[in-house]
Amino acid sequence: MSLQVENLRVYYQTLRGDVRALDGATFTIEDGEIMGLAGESGCGKTTLGHSLIALTPPMRFVEGRVTLDDEELPVWDMERMNDFRFKRISIIPQYAMNAMNPTRKIGKMTSELLESRKVEYKSTLPELKRRLDLVELTHDVLSMYPIELSGGMKQRMVMVLSTLLNPSLLIADEVTSALDVSTQKAVSEMLVGFRDREFVKSLIVITHDISILYQIADSILIMYAGQLAEKGPTDAIIHSPRHPYTKLLISALPKVGVKYAERKLEGIPGNPPQLLDPPVGCRFRDRCPVAFGKCLEEPPFMEVEKDHFVACWKEFERNA
Amino acid sequence: MLRLDGVSKVYKVGTFGGKELHAVRDVSFDVKDGEVVSLIGESGSGKSTIGKMILRLISISSGTISFDGVDISTLKGDALKEYYRKVQGVFQDPFSSYNPIFKADRVFTMIREEFYPGIKGQEWGDKLQDSLRAVGLNPADVLNKFPHQLSGGQLQRFLVARALLLDIEFLVADEIISMLDASRRMDVLNLLADLKSTGLSILFITHDLSLGYYISERVVILYRGRVVEMGSTEKVYFNPLHPYTSMLMACVPRLDEKWEEVDVELRAKESEFARGCVYYERCPLAVKDERCARERPPLVEAEPDHLVACGRV
Repeated sequence: MSLQVENLRVYYQTLRGDVRALDGATFTIEDGEIMGLAGESGCGKTTLGHSLIALTPPMRFVEGRVTLDDEELPVWDMERMNDFRFKRISIIPQYAMNAMNPTRKIGKMTSELLESRKVEYKSTLPELKRRLDLVELTHDVLSMYPIELSGGMKQRMVMVLSTLLNPSLLIADEVTSALDVSTQKAVSEMLVGFRDREFVKSLIVITHDISILYQIADSILIMYAGQLAEKGPTDAIIHSPRHPYTKLLISALPKVGVKYAERKLEGIPGNPPQLLDPPVGCRFRDRCPVAFGKCLEEPPFMEVEKDHFVACWKEFERNA
Repeated sequence: MLRLDGVSKVYKVGTFGGKELHAVRDVSFDVKDGEVVSLIGESGSGKSTIGKMILRLISISSGTISFDGVDISTLKGDALKEYYRKVQGVFQDPFSSYNPIFKADRVFTMIREEFYPGIKGQEWGDKLQDSLRAVGLNPADVLNKFPHQLSGGQLQRFLVARALLLDIEFLVADEIISMLDASRRMDVLNLLADLKSTGLSILFITHDLSLGYYISERVVILYRGRVVEMGSTEKVYFNPLHPYTSMLMACVPRLDEKWEEVDVELRAKESEFARGCVYYERCPLAVKDERCARERPPLVEAEPDHLVACGRV
């Protein structure tokens, strides 16, 4: 069992009180699993990703337990996380294009990065070059400044850097969002390749584009308003979703072959609740077409089928 | 009504402007009244450049763009203002379209000062409320707020409402959906489709093929500044004749089928075959003969209302 997250709560401190951006997340990721993490903006998906690796203010750790390969991660302690960061758990940040130091040549920057983790640059160089070949970058990039690379090249360079020390868990935060369809496909397939070559054991792919996840992920976790709505195998989530939010989200995706004139697709009416003072009970209640009295209580995140978890009273009732 | 005829855009690049970058090369197509045309291509294909040229934000290097038969590059002063009364644009990032220091309604105030100087307060208020309701916003919720207090979808619809205040006939929608959440996208997209039914023509610039299919009657596929294929949406999507179009279709992440092995070299090298087919070095199908490398295939009609620029057809 690679990663285990139990009841993780992370709030943002503001002058008006705590914003409950991540309110009780419990899930596991197996070795070799690519888990997609999807949801609307502001649903807490990036907060979840970041809280596993760099819990910086104004983020505040409230409670929870994170275990990576049977070892508890001190996610609340920035100092102690240094032993894990980059070596055991790594991230490709959301704006990878701007993640590299513009004043250093890429090779120099890499060597500084490795030395900060007490790894010798020279001995890592052959492996670094081998991986550059894998992502189809020439070795010349090491003597270039980041500005000389195109967006897709920078993205691939950051991917190589993040996985250089073979971390156990890699978090890829919106890595494909800013790319073209063809580059998007290449980058997504490289992520799968990294897993297949065991550069990384497991992956969390954060994105709002569910169709990408359908292509590469083994399982999908859907978040809504700081809480987990549904987690299950990719095919189950796409073809037989259980949570009403997932159902609406997937039916709102345009597909080639669907035309406005023939079949009008609907967005989800309403807005997600404010997380500063979230409503009690199910947070999707106000927008949910099947809400009923029981929804005033908060639904637990329960397994309704093997590996398929959902937080919806209506589903529990149907299965009871 | 809007017609592009052999339009090109050349940028001077390099230290002393010694090099030339052909962003758009010899592009011709037209957009009829009440029609939605999708302009599809990767980054750097020149799709936004075309949008900006139509909006006269940048000059045209050669060729003409005419609107209702008038060459738009000749417009000056009052005539240009009249043009902007009819033709408006909405751009990709709603957050950077606003000045964060001012309230978001400033975009409406500026329209009032510029285009309706004599209008009475009451009449203006009604007009503004109508146009906000037309884009599905409740005026009481959104007026008198700063940009950071509104969501991306609301800001984007604000910009469409701003364009509607002018009774526009043509809208350049440059990637207006891509910054929005999946649940919000359909609202803005349906709004465009509703406006179309009232007679508005839209140039829908996008790299997302499924969105293009959903809304438009005709598509224009651009590659490196050139039109490689254009025609009615169904024909181009279900019977793509140009290998580049086929490759694009194969890369779209779909929910009904997974990516198959598509043997395509994904990065184009610097073109050694500048005079040949623009797609030559990435083309998976090309019988890589001399002809593809030397001659640039013209845009020909392969079947009625379906044009392609490929030497193999």
